[in-house]
Amino acid sequence: MDFLRPASWEEALAAKAEHPTAVPIAGGTDVMVEINFDHRRPEYLLDLNRVGDLYEWEVGQDSVRLGASVPYSRIMESLRAELPGLALASHTVASPQIRNRGGVGGNLGTASPAGDAHPALLAAGAEVEAESVRGSRRIPIDAFYTGVKRNALAPDELIRAVHVKKADGPQQYSKVGTRNAMVIAVCAFGLALHPETRTVRTGIGSAAPTPVRARTAEEFLEAALEEDGFWDNGKIITPSVAKQFADLCAAACNPIDDVRGTARYRRHAVGVMARRTLTWTWESYRGARRASKGAA
Amino acid sequence: MPSPTSGFDRAGGASIGAPLGTPVKVTQGSRTKGGVGESTLRPDGTLKVTGEFAYSSDLWHEDMLWGQILRSTVAHAEIVSLDTSEALATPGVYAVMTYDDLPTDVKHYGLEIQDTPVLAHGKVRHHGEPVAIVAADHPETARRAAAKIKVEYRELPVITDEASATAPDAILVHENRDDHHVGHVPHPNIVHRQPIVRGDADAAAGRADVVVRGEYTFGMQDQAFLGPESGLAVPEEDGGVHLYIATQWLHSDLRQIAPVLGLPENKVRMTLAGVGGAFGGREDLSMQIHACLLALRTGKPVKIVYNRFESFFGHVHRHPAKLFYEHGATRDGKLTHVKCRIVLDGGAYASASPAVVGNASSLGIGPYVVDDVDIEAIALYTNNPPCGAMRGFGAVQACFAYEAQMDKVAKELGLDPVEFRQRNAMEQGALLPTGQRVDSPAPVAELLRRVKAMPLPPERQWESSEGADVRQLPGGLSNTTHGEGVVRGIGYAVGIKNVGFSEGFDDYSTAKVRMEVVAGEPVATVHTAMAEVGQGGVTVHAQIARTELGVAQVTIHPANTEVGSAGSTSASRQTYVTGGAVKNSCELVREKVLEIGRRRFGSHHPAWATAELLLEGGKVVTDGGEVLADLVDVLADEAVEVEAQWRHRPTEPFDLRTGQGNGHVQYSFAAHRAVVEVDTELGLVKVIELACAQDVGKALNPLSVIGQIQGGTTQGLGVAVMEEIIVDPKTAKVRNPSFTDYLIPTILDTPTIPVDVLELADDHAPYGLRGIGEAPTLSSTPAVLAAIRNATGLELDRTPVRPEHLTGT
Amino acid sequence: MRVNFTVNGRPQEADDVWEGESLLYVLRERLGLPGSKNACEQGECGSCTVRLDGVPVCSCLVAAGQVEGRDVVTVEGLAEFARQRAERDRCETASRGDRTAAPGTSLDEARAWQARGSDSQAGEGGELAPIQQAFIDAGAVQCGFCTPGLLVAADEMLEHHPNPTDADIREALSGNLCRCTGYEKIMDAVRLAAARQGEAV
Repeated sequence: MDFLRPASWEEALAAKAEHPTAVPIAGGTDVMVEINFDHRRPEYLLDLNRVGDLYEWEVGQDSVRLGASVPYSRIMESLRAELPGLALASHTVASPQIRNRGGVGGNLGTASPAGDAHPALLAAGAEVEAESVRGSRRIPIDAFYTGVKRNALAPDELIRAVHVKKADGPQQYSKVGTRNAMVIAVCAFGLALHPETRTVRTGIGSAAPTPVRARTAEEFLEAALEEDGFWDNGKIITPSVAKQFADLCAAACNPIDDVRGTARYRRHAVGVMARRTLTWTWESYRGARRASKGAA
Repeated sequence: MPSPTSGFDRAGGASIGAPLGTPVKVTQGSRTKGGVGESTLRPDGTLKVTGEFAYSSDLWHEDMLWGQILRSTVAHAEIVSLDTSEALATPGVYAVMTYDDLPTDVKHYGLEIQDTPVLAHGKVRHHGEPVAIVAADHPETARRAAAKIKVEYRELPVITDEASATAPDAILVHENRDDHHVGHVPHPNIVHRQPIVRGDADAAAGRADVVVRGEYTFGMQDQAFLGPESGLAVPEEDGGVHLYIATQWLHSDLRQIAPVLGLPENKVRMTLAGVGGAFGGREDLSMQIHACLLALRTGKPVKIVYNRFESFFGHVHRHPAKLFYEHGATRDGKLTHVKCRIVLDGGAYASASPAVVGNASSLGIGPYVVDDVDIEAIALYTNNPPCGAMRGFGAVQACFAYEAQMDKVAKELGLDPVEFRQRNAMEQGALLPTGQRVDSPAPVAELLRRVKAMPLPPERQWESSEGADVRQLPGGLSNTTHGEGVVRGIGYAVGIKNVGFSEGFDDYSTAKVRMEVVAGEPVATVHTAMAEVGQGGVTVHAQIARTELGVAQVTIHPANTEVGSAGSTSASRQTYVTGGAVKNSCELVREKVLEIGRRRFGSHHPAWATAELLLEGGKVVTDGGEVLADLVDVLADEAVEVEAQWRHRPTEPFDLRTGQGNGHVQYSFAAHRAVVEVDTELGLVKVIELACAQDVGKALNPLSVIGQIQGGTTQGLGVAVMEEIIVDPKTAKVRNPSFTDYLIPTILDTPTIPVDVLELADDHAPYGLRGIGEAPTLSSTPAVLAAIRNATGLELDRTPVRPEHLTGT
Repeated sequence: MRVNFTVNGRPQEADDVWEGESLLYVLRERLGLPGSKNACEQGECGSCTVRLDGVPVCSCLVAAGQVEGRDVVTVEGLAEFARQRAERDRCETASRGDRTAAPGTSLDEARAWQARGSDSQAGEGGELAPIQQAFIDAGAVQCGFCTPGLLVAADEMLEHHPNPTDADIREALSGNLCRCTGYEKIMDAVRLAAARQGEAV
């Protein structure tokens, strides 16, 4: 095993180009477990800790450029307003110690369906900034997850940052685990309302081979909200709409039975979380609407 | 500076009940500071908070090698071939050993039945069984070498439950049994069977107004001590070996290790290294023999440290069980009869299975008076992971089932569950199903009363003005509910656990106590082989020595095999038995000290001959408080030393047909009230509070007593809602050997645990104390289950409860 | 490979480090600092918690090579770290105390562990960090294997939240498993340390 220690992003890209099998390591929270337990003996470890700009973020006009290694604890503390869904998701990641080390780049690189950030990124709408010595590209999050623990990265590419749309409406995130802290998701659900475009987006974790969106549910809800003028009148969403949305989210799952839970439970729980997060986000939207009206 | 107890006044703290009206009398030790009854602090506390305390995994030696074990990847198979040549040729590897390299004819070990191969011989019987061992100069070198050992398996069908174990054509897990149980078991795949029959349960059933039946399942729990198995074996010049080890019982290890090495016991020296928790999981051997074999083979010190994955295969677990119960009662709320059948899965090797069967059967109906009972408990041999000792064994599984039954009967009768239990609660003088009379206080009804009387935590806090704090709701940080679907439930349970080794076992301990003057001060040294595993035995030994010898300074000698056996740190027995041995040896030392005093100063004062003399505050005093001499002057340059054994009252084996016999020496009782909030839609549980009342006889160290109760309670909570080793029934392979998927409670899963301690002396025990460590683990689990049933209205016949059980998915 | 970094204020050099080694392994087996405990090696127990450039992390998940040039505080250095923090306002540059580096715990040290004259005394530990003393005084230590990690995590929390609520304490310590105590005495210890910290101010 060789340990590569690039001091800059350019050096990191060069190293990855020279050794495409090199395994990037940043927070180490996935890679080191595999090494400690003898599940993996990569030829090269490519340490990204010294690449400073991976730890930085910029809040732009419409989106946040989030460095791949910005720790979850920083996202929780500093980006709650801009990226509320991701901030909530970050708070559910493992333990405080892990949140201090791990970042979104690791979740994306590993591309496990159980990664906590995925549903929030899917719901918010994000693009992955991948780069190699050949150049840089942005991969829409919807095209990023290509299979179980597989992603759209080329062997010579590294994840530099994620561009996430700033919240233009309420976002929520829920995750089911069989413990009240430090637990891997049995399943997870992210929901973002986008009042500016009058759209909603969802993200589901651990309930299919890859993180997925419940597109049919999104379309149904968008139509239902549009049809009765909900965005404008701010009425309470009827239980039947919420239920239909929940059922469609559950139907978007393609889960398996494993030691963490049954497929049936996962589908059921995604439905419950979809209904609840819809209630929370919609209540929040109505509250914000009333508040802005009151101010005006 | 606040006093050390200043943190306990708040909610969730604990209180010690007032001693029950004993008149103040000057007795030995009552005026010595830091003695019995005070919350003195741990002698190893400072080392443990500075990181200097040397756990077995921390040891290091010049030229030390690292040992690695190759384990079977399948559960049941014949070993067709085993090739170690490539591993042996690896640079940095010093030795590779298999069954064929074992030095003597003794190639098996075991606590009671020597059925466990040191290394697999032609066959493996469970997933993760040791097949070969490697010593190398770096752990990674050892791992890589072990991976190069080629093992060819021919898989055999797996035996995983009672049906497959006792089928007419079942493969025998052990082909040629010659142990002392084989004669009375109905099938060679049954380790031990214990029936207990008293009265006529069938006839009594005819008098019952209600009869309630239930079938219960208890999952496989892991001790999950945080310090994985580890030790360091150092070869010695005389051809022997010195093993520094984390264990529960040095002398039991020694008896099993020495014959395999072909060494007399005096050439295998054992020193207790720091132990990172035990809970039963270190009662059996793990890496002890392997490290010694490699050290003797290479002539170098060998350290073996399991990682967490290996630890799940390296020790026995709590027996999973199927329990079948029938309870009958009359309309006025009196139990008529109990019939039960308890099937414990012992896995591939016997370990403590016979004793687990003894506890499960003899305590199978709980702390209740029932004249007509018909009980049967068995432990199976299967190809599942071996199961053995874990906190409260046998009694834990039974308590889960009989307490569920008690709730069911109460419901059927329309009675309050606590009231129903109290109507049937045993008291001192009651008969157990074994015919043994309970000859010490049995405050079962009182404990239930106390736990019920505690104030309840506030409800629906998420509706407060500050809004929902998800950390206090089911799901916790995962943000699954802000109060939706959340329902509160309350449940009660009470249990009975035997203290000490039962069924005729010669359960003794040994203590060497020395008293001398060091630097102008009288100092006592206490030397035992007791394994301090965190329970605080070392704290208590110092307290006992102060009380009995009237000194301030007590040195606790490291535990090793240079002193006689202390017995096991298990069965809630150490404070009773080794504490008793320390007390006894101190008393003998005291007599000798007084003899010296009489010899030297007897002529100075008539009280030396006439009064009852005490050692207090470093002086010899009369029971009236008059000082006769300083201990420093009495002892001068003489040292007084006594090593003596001490044993509790003898017990008897249970009759193999009727189960009758005075099998136990003491009992421990605890009751719990659980308050839970269940997200009924997602099936997630938050335990809000888990109150406990326990009779401890006498709290030698109240702070430690409460710590034991809270810790035991939490382990019971774990197996109620999350902890289970999952074994694939098709392959008998463990599916979740990691802390990622075997979950134990975090601090956010653990509620406040108010503790009410009752002190009713057992006159047969030193200071009237009771063993306390296990009882809280019994009733905690059924109380949580009862609370979840109360919240959801579901039957819930298995533990742990998983979200899919609560949501019907 | 060779790794240079600072541990408990003292420059350290580890040689012949295998590239897959963790910071935890280097601390325990190469630098003679076995206080950080190895209990799961997968970031699920917190027993190996150290501060890396001030931030609590699981040292089992930090590759040794990643700490090149960085600053680590372990439980062995916690008392001194806390003392310096307390004195920082006075701009006093205290000399940093440390254990001499020898890999692991020697057997002589191991043999001697219990042979001390008296029990730990309440509130008397002049050489201990307040959180360490509170753990002893409150009975938060049983087997003690989780203790080093909990101390590092709890000390860091109190540095930032001198008056934590119970829920704050639970959240901050939710990455540290304890199997012995049921956490109640640990809660007591942190409350006690916070109260003493408040009294001292």
